Amino acid sequence: MTQIVSPLPGVFYTKPGPDKDPFVLPGDRVEAGQAIGMVEVMKQFTEIRSDVSGTVVSVDVAEGDTVMPGDVLAVIDED
Amino acid sequence: MRKLLIANRGEIAVRIIRTARAMGIATVVVCSEADRDSLAARSADEAVVVGPPPAPASYLNQQAILDAARVTGADAVHPGYGFLSENADFAKRVIGSGLTWVGPDPDAIRLMGDKAAALQAARGAGVPVLAGSDGPLPSDADGDDALAVARGIGFPLVIKAAAGGGGRGIRLAREEAEFAGTLGLARSEAKSSFGDDTVYLERFVDRARHVEVQILGDGSRFVHLGDRDCTMQRRSQKIIEEAPAPLLPDAVRDRIRDSSVALARACGYSGVGTVEFLYDPAREEVAFIEMNTRLQVEHPVTEMITGLDLVAEQLRIADGEPLGWTQDDIMLTGHAFECRINAEDPARGFFPSPGQITKLTWPEGPGIRVDTGFEQGSVVTPFYDSMIAKLVVHAPARDEAIELMATALSQLTVEGIATTAGLQQTLFGSPELARVEHYTTFIETAPGILEVTT
Repeated sequence: MTQIVSPLPGVFYTKPGPDKDPFVLPGDRVEAGQAIGMVEVMKQFTEIRSDVSGTVVSVDVAEGDTVMPGDVLAVIDED
Repeated sequence: MRKLLIANRGEIAVRIIRTARAMGIATVVVCSEADRDSLAARSADEAVVVGPPPAPASYLNQQAILDAARVTGADAVHPGYGFLSENADFAKRVIGSGLTWVGPDPDAIRLMGDKAAALQAARGAGVPVLAGSDGPLPSDADGDDALAVARGIGFPLVIKAAAGGGGRGIRLAREEAEFAGTLGLARSEAKSSFGDDTVYLERFVDRARHVEVQILGDGSRFVHLGDRDCTMQRRSQKIIEEAPAPLLPDAVRDRIRDSSVALARACGYSGVGTVEFLYDPAREEVAFIEMNTRLQVEHPVTEMITGLDLVAEQLRIADGEPLGWTQDDIMLTGHAFECRINAEDPARGFFPSPGQITKLTWPEGPGIRVDTGFEQGSVVTPFYDSMIAKLVVHAPARDEAIELMATALSQLTVEGIATTAGLQQTLFGSPELARVEHYTTFIETAPGILEVTT
């Protein structure tokens, strides 16, 4: 299992926009480099990417919740 | 007006409290949980926590803010800038709740918030607008007809997809020879991207400056408070502003000032507003960008050269007092600069730098003003705008003001977070700023500017 952690403090978003589909859902297949969410810091958005390829086990932070550096955002079951 | 609720945070909340207090008006600040110990919350007579840190749950939470006004018995709402300041629906709700809205009529906010309607209003009031095809290019106007329109505008020009936006669907035609080919390309791209091949043409300004006019009105009388230049920007966000705008031909200066007042008159404007223009120094031409229907971040440079308190003007006008000035009363004296000190790292693409300010010393002295919502030990949270302070100077002449700002910046200490101050120090020593040779994308494109400040 690989944890994807937030490198930044800010607000986490599971979707690229309010009316968009989530970046990933549990059970989805992800490739290394693929975005799993976004963190907003002072009005700037940074995409958070998976370091590994595999299957999404969980997305651990809800839409719009506050995150701190090191917080686990998602867990990936690596290939 | 007896008790003013301030629906904002940081330096502007502190700034508004200062004037309200001097006028004998009690203050209530609304704040998020992240700001409950902020300078703004502690400076106000009362502070009300309206929600958790993310702005949609607190500073944009209209119901919670209106509830806070009711609970505290506030009789007026000042929105500051950003957040709900240009939200016509919120302004309407404030007025509908029997409170005084410190800002223009919601209809004026709505009009200026609609790009196409604002442009039409500006054109109607005689405000210069960007040369263009004045609406879509007819779909059959491909050969000579289109070229005739293009020649009328002049090259370089941009071909924009009518259905595009946000920087998409734009093609640049630098010269006449490439126009026909680029037009064909733009039409097919517009068709495939937006399902609509309608395009229009607009003058392209290569090295534009940003100038603007401060206007003030009470609904029936209107004055301008001179102009400003806000050309020095990073990622289209202003970081250095000055007043008056330097090196503007008299005819251009008169045109923007007079037409801005005409626009304010045309919409029966009440309060402070700013009409923004793109200025092409090569052609000595100006064009309307937009009108901001609120107090501007950079209002202090205008206060420095006019000696007026713009917040006091806002509060008096909102309270129903007539404008106390005619244009002849407005005297512009000397030159002022403002630096927005942002918690960002210029060496890392202006990446935000939240954290605790471990050491903080502001410069002091004649002609120096600091507007801030932070102190030593304050934590710059990741939730809001990155600006931590505005450093403002005023001197008799522009070159003296540049020197004073350079000195002030050298006396500034901020530790614990990265800031833009080092970059601003470099810019105040640059020949381009001194000679007004900078343009809106100068910081991103001038070689070496970002490297030397790391």
